[in-house]
Amino acid sequence: MTTTLVKMVSITKRFPGVTANSGINFELRPGEIHALLGENGAGKSTLMNILTGLYMPDEGEIYIRGARVKLTSPRDAIEAGIGMVHQHFRLVQTFSVAENVIMGSGDQGFFLNMQEVEDKLARFSGEYGINVMPGSKIWQLSVGEQQRVEIVKMLYRGTDIMILDEPTAVLTPQESRELFATLRRMADMGKGIIVISHKIQEVLENADRITVLRDGRYVDTFSGKDTDSRKLTMAMVDRDISYGQNISSKPKDDFILCLKGLTVLGDRGQKALKSLDLNLRKGEILGIAGVAGNGQKELAEVIAGLREEAAGEIEVRGERFTGRSARRMIDAGISLIPEDRLGTGLVGSLNILENSILKKYRSGDISTGWFISWKRVREYAHRLVEKFDVKTTGVEAPVRLLSGGNLQKLLLAREISNDPDVIVAVYPVRGLDVGAIEFVRNTLLRQRENGKGIILISEELEELFMLSDRVAVMHEGEIMGILDREEIDLERVGRMMAGEREEGSHERTAVR
Amino acid sequence: MSGLPLGRNRVITLEKRGGFSRGVALLVPVFSIVCAVIGGGLFLLAAGYDPVEIYLTMLSGVFGSAYGLSETVVKTIPLLLCGLAVSVAFRMQLWNIGAEGQLYMGAVAASWVALFHGEGSPVVVIALMLLAGAAAGALWGLIPAIPRALFKVNETITTLMLNYVAILFSDYLVYGPWKDPKGMNFPLSAVFPDSAILPHFGDTRIHLGLVFGLIAAVLLYIVLWHTKWGYEVRVIGESPVAARYAGMNIARNILLVMALSGGLAGIAGMAEVSGITQRLQPNLSSGYGYTAIIVAWLGRLNPFAIIGVSFLMAGLLVGGYNMQMSGLPAAIVSILQGAILFFILGGDILTKYRIRIKNTRGIEVAE
Repeated sequence: MTTTLVKMVSITKRFPGVTANSGINFELRPGEIHALLGENGAGKSTLMNILTGLYMPDEGEIYIRGARVKLTSPRDAIEAGIGMVHQHFRLVQTFSVAENVIMGSGDQGFFLNMQEVEDKLARFSGEYGINVMPGSKIWQLSVGEQQRVEIVKMLYRGTDIMILDEPTAVLTPQESRELFATLRRMADMGKGIIVISHKIQEVLENADRITVLRDGRYVDTFSGKDTDSRKLTMAMVDRDISYGQNISSKPKDDFILCLKGLTVLGDRGQKALKSLDLNLRKGEILGIAGVAGNGQKELAEVIAGLREEAAGEIEVRGERFTGRSARRMIDAGISLIPEDRLGTGLVGSLNILENSILKKYRSGDISTGWFISWKRVREYAHRLVEKFDVKTTGVEAPVRLLSGGNLQKLLLAREISNDPDVIVAVYPVRGLDVGAIEFVRNTLLRQRENGKGIILISEELEELFMLSDRVAVMHEGEIMGILDREEIDLERVGRMMAGEREEGSHERTAVR
Repeated sequence: MSGLPLGRNRVITLEKRGGFSRGVALLVPVFSIVCAVIGGGLFLLAAGYDPVEIYLTMLSGVFGSAYGLSETVVKTIPLLLCGLAVSVAFRMQLWNIGAEGQLYMGAVAASWVALFHGEGSPVVVIALMLLAGAAAGALWGLIPAIPRALFKVNETITTLMLNYVAILFSDYLVYGPWKDPKGMNFPLSAVFPDSAILPHFGDTRIHLGLVFGLIAAVLLYIVLWHTKWGYEVRVIGESPVAARYAGMNIARNILLVMALSGGLAGIAGMAEVSGITQRLQPNLSSGYGYTAIIVAWLGRLNPFAIIGVSFLMAGLLVGGYNMQMSGLPAAIVSILQGAILFFILGGDILTKYRIRIKNTRGIEVAE
């Protein structure tokens, strides 16, 4: 038996404007669980899409079981024994488990021999301890069970290089434990398993080796036994972080937004926020650090009135605002700069005029009675475009033709000109170029000077440390700790991001 | 890579076009109509008919006589009203396939006014009929809108199913309780009193419903592009996520839009009974509610374009009758109408997409 199943050597993949992978090395041995660790956008998925034949690398070589291969299509990868469980399962909801398993495997003739398939599935459950009911329909199964079907599908095709993309993102802790037990048994049978993850703790507990990627580059490969969460955090996030300190004014003492014991359910009914306490003051930027997917999205949505509270209270300027609609929250002066500018924040097919009044169209400045005065809208939109220097071919052009930076400028212009008291900015610089990033950050700082309260959700620690008065670290829907500007320390933040709670650095509710 | 396989490593795919010039946008429909005429002509030749003669019959039937032209306008009225009805719903991504049923309910309600409260001043009676027709259509549109707004029940199926309920309900009335005792047992209601009949233009069959349709188109344009509510409808149609983010109440707008949609179709039903049949009878509509779907799409959901398209579509219907009268089998007429629609819709797709042949590695080969 060869000692490596997969060897990827200096893989480079460029997309227009970005280099997603740059000279990445990766190696998978039979019998190991190998974690691929990195933040969003670190290049994990691109690398695995290359291994599964979805993308062709621009440079670099791939060896499977020692032989150099060229994977030009997913079919090539399947034939080479490579299989992947995507985050979004590729199952036909109305088909049975057995029907899904044989789909695309190509080993059945015109007539299906379901008995044979079921026998094979029974054998897998004996060998690997994966139980699936061949006759059940997919829609009847829980998410964890559906994931098992995906794994069985790979086993049925004889896959021995298995890739799982964020497999525990959809699972409960118990299901996650079961999953890793199964993966371990499969590894013991000589299969190689790659787990894409951004959860440090999970990776430490379960992986034999851990390869860390950052910004599309290879950082290092660690042995699971000889590393710890601190080392992994340091590898995942940028080391040289500047702690910019040129903010003069102090936040005021009065709270503008208070979250008390807030519990919120996520899209799959899991608790996305668990009894969370957080206070925001006037003239403060409160940074929210944490690996994406730990409740940040739900936090922003519940404040904006887009998601219901399961328990707890929201107070705006000391007044109870629990369970209010998005419209009431807008009227209460809360502005959300959403993660996806085009789609949520702006409507791509509508023009700048129409987008500029998305939240203002009800107000008397723009409309008289039932009617919208397009003349006034035009003046208003021109003011926004001029003041925020939005580069455009004209206010009547659909906004989807604008560049990312100009979209964000238009969005910020609209939100800020509504003069909100609270601004919740979710990944506001994601995907922007340097100039636009500068512009967004300066805009937020100016709003802080104007006495607004700003919640800044970001995945860039550098940005958070530079702009925030305080940084709260989220992990699995809870605040692990809150650090004041003077206390900010990469190692402490890193530990909290990995799920270590810091007692004593929590929200001292309203007793300042 | 998705697409139609074409030999080894090649696929044909449709790709969204960016903008294109106004000239092209105008040229394409003309070109598709020419293609349709040629395609249909080849088919007629193959079936052993003289295409030139057939086309001339068709044209003269529609435009060659005052009667033909007036018949075309008569058919334009329900198509226009239903086309507008369907277009508002479509604009909000509500697939209202139920204009046919909403039309029938409007006709039934208007007939009820005419038959039981029809004596009096024509202005009052007709206004009441209009209101009743619009209300009944709106109600019929609201029924599927409620489960859609609250539980996301697919409105395509519910609106379609309610068509059968409405049509059979109307049939029940004319075969049963509303059957004219003096009607020699025909399934027809009594003739409406004069005060319940829409005025006609001159001695044609064109009735006041045309004005209803034209006013509705203008009002719809104003509502959609110049009111706050119309703005909400357009935003929700383009991006429900953004609408929710902006604090718009989507459920409420689903109810309002479906009521408006049903109401417009209901007016079409009222106009048909009050202007054309002047009594309630089976087969009131020759599928206007369904043809309206094509009308709305071809008109790109634009109220003014829908006026033009419904006139053309009416011409196609009337032309079809004429060809049948000149001895062409009904089936061939239907095939010809289908072929013409096929080419027009095809041309429509080609203005939005371009066809590309790609090899499976995504590199362009030819256009």
